Amino acid sequence: MDKQLRRIGLVGNPNTGKSSIFNHLTGLKQHIGNFPGVTVERKAGQWTLPNGDSVDIIDLPGTYSIVPQSEDERVVYELLSNPQHPEHPTELLCVVDASNLERNLLLFTQLYDMLWPLTVVLTMPDFVDASELNDNLKRLLERFKDVSFFVVNARTGDGLEALARHMQAPSQVHNRSSFGQLAIPNLATNNVLQRRDASARYKAIAKLIQARTEESSNQDSTARWDRFLVHPIWGYAILIGLLMVIFQVVFHIASYPMDWIDGAFSQFSESVRKILPVGVFTDLLADGIVPGIGGVVVFVPQIAFLFFFLSLLEESGYMSRIVFMTDRMVRPFGLSGRSVVPMISSAACAIPGVMAARSIPNFRDKLITIFVAPLMSCSARIPVYTLLIALVIPDTYWGPFKLQGLVLFALYALGLFTALAVAIVLKFVVKSDDPNFLLMELPRYQVPRWSQVGLSIWTKVKVFVIDAGKVILAISILLWVLASYGPGQRMELAVQKVQADGVGLSEEELSRAEANARLENSYIGILGKGIEPIIEPLGYDWKIGISLITSFAAREVFVGSMATIYSVGDDDSGSGLMEKMQSEKTREGQPRYSLATGISLMVFYAYAMQCMATLAVVRRETNSWKWPIIQTLAMGVLAYIGAWLAFQIFQ
Amino acid sequence: MENQLLHQSPDGIPLKVTSVADDRLGAKMTEMGIVEGKVMRILFRAPFGCPIAVDMGGYILSLRKQEAQLIHVAQI
Repeated sequence: MDKQLRRIGLVGNPNTGKSSIFNHLTGLKQHIGNFPGVTVERKAGQWTLPNGDSVDIIDLPGTYSIVPQSEDERVVYELLSNPQHPEHPTELLCVVDASNLERNLLLFTQLYDMLWPLTVVLTMPDFVDASELNDNLKRLLERFKDVSFFVVNARTGDGLEALARHMQAPSQVHNRSSFGQLAIPNLATNNVLQRRDASARYKAIAKLIQARTEESSNQDSTARWDRFLVHPIWGYAILIGLLMVIFQVVFHIASYPMDWIDGAFSQFSESVRKILPVGVFTDLLADGIVPGIGGVVVFVPQIAFLFFFLSLLEESGYMSRIVFMTDRMVRPFGLSGRSVVPMISSAACAIPGVMAARSIPNFRDKLITIFVAPLMSCSARIPVYTLLIALVIPDTYWGPFKLQGLVLFALYALGLFTALAVAIVLKFVVKSDDPNFLLMELPRYQVPRWSQVGLSIWTKVKVFVIDAGKVILAISILLWVLASYGPGQRMELAVQKVQADGVGLSEEELSRAEANARLENSYIGILGKGIEPIIEPLGYDWKIGISLITSFAAREVFVGSMATIYSVGDDDSGSGLMEKMQSEKTREGQPRYSLATGISLMVFYAYAMQCMATLAVVRRETNSWKWPIIQTLAMGVLAYIGAWLAFQIFQ
Repeated sequence: MENQLLHQSPDGIPLKVTSVADDRLGAKMTEMGIVEGKVMRILFRAPFGCPIAVDMGGYILSLRKQEAQLIHVAQI
């Protein structure tokens, strides 16, 4: 066989250390993507063997059996049962947890019967008695003569060298006698046969190997931790405490590097403007591309911090306990315990929240979680809420509480409850043939490995910057073009008029007035004016209309756009902007920013998908434009109706 | 030795699986090791009795009440 064409598939049960093995073999030479047409993550990489040969290796989603029950498992089944599949491997590396031999061998015997060239990696040797392991190895070698077995410690990487030397030659298949009685393809269509076959295999496996005599001491240590960590009172107290810490860090600590990134990019933008000659290209670079890239990079701290914690939770084994403890509470909303962490993450930022939803195996649960996550109030809404609350909510007390604080709290509650309500609705809308079950393993607790945590952060950040970054950059350049150019000479004429009228104004006032004239006469300005009849029932005018459009980039852009429209600087803590907005009158002479308009706007920002980064991430994670577009439209409709209702009620 | 549904069995004592439902979920459970004759033990339950965690002798599975209803066990 041509060595160039060797493609090794890495298969195995979940929680066997399969991903650690993959990371050991490929290091940073791995690409994370999507399998075509589905929302399943595809991890592939290059494995350099001792003789210098490089082979492709693909890490298939963890599965207990080859017979598929979920989207992930269907990918594995398709890939392994269809030789025409473009990713069909040439041989398999099957990862088997030596401390759970019986259950892990089920998948192995299925693959064996499918006549796959096989090499087995036995992991977790430190959790089994050495003589027991040796004895079982002997029995396995006896029964499966054309399969090689290697004991590897996935934590330390011990044993990988021998495996790598062996893999230099492709594995072969020699006169096999089938282990099960039934052909695998028949099982996929018949539950009864599938169950009988699995039962028969378990019996045969039990006969073949020496069953575990007693629970190991490590099992006891996990049980001891569980007594505390899933305790009906302490367990929840610890969970809430932990989530608070994670939330605080992602929310507050990430804001420092985010400010640095913001500052660095705006400085870079200024330098570009100073160094390069005046012209369209410089404008594009300084106002379109550099801030566009900045708009991608600024999310990196939040993603990195959140995935630092999430991979700690995952690695330690605590994540499945969170699922276990919260499942019952969120089930009435059509969510499962697996949706809880992504949802809570979204209260800091929807981007890592949506990315975290990827690990939910059930397609319906995953989609619903991704759909409702951006409704949770994220940190980007705060500048908008702060400005509007200060503008329309009186600075008084309601009982012992400050009214403005209560309104902010109410907005957070609005986001949460709407997310849950939408989830209930989606429960009936999203159809899936996959049975909805929780059935999962609670893995043993272990000390997280920093290399795995680091790799997880690195890959998530890379996926975001490269995959979602492209879309974000494209949209931000488009928005910049729409905000910087207008039809014909319209913009130039408006600026000339400002210059002619502006005699006596200071240089700063003049430049603000010019910026205002430019924005008003740009395509976005014209668009904002054009939508005025549509948004009038919400209590908005065209100025708000322009800001609604520009803040599609990100919610907090609302503040900056308002400042430009009202020709005030937006750097001086917004007090200038506040005054301007407060004195703004409607045609009837009423204050423009009445209580009704203010609350209507807050509701609009609570609901609308005003975040192109989330849009890009949803596209990346669902692997299609269909869901982000439906989501944007649905959230837009929700925002419009919600804002209209709010305006009617408070008017 | 009486036959009962898994989630109605007491915690902490060994239980032998006597039957698993013949449907998709039953098939999935069998593949995850819940086979007739297997001895398991309920470890703990979440508040309101759902989900439950089961010691499978070497690994722990968690399942909802609805899922546990598909499994018949007998106290040994």
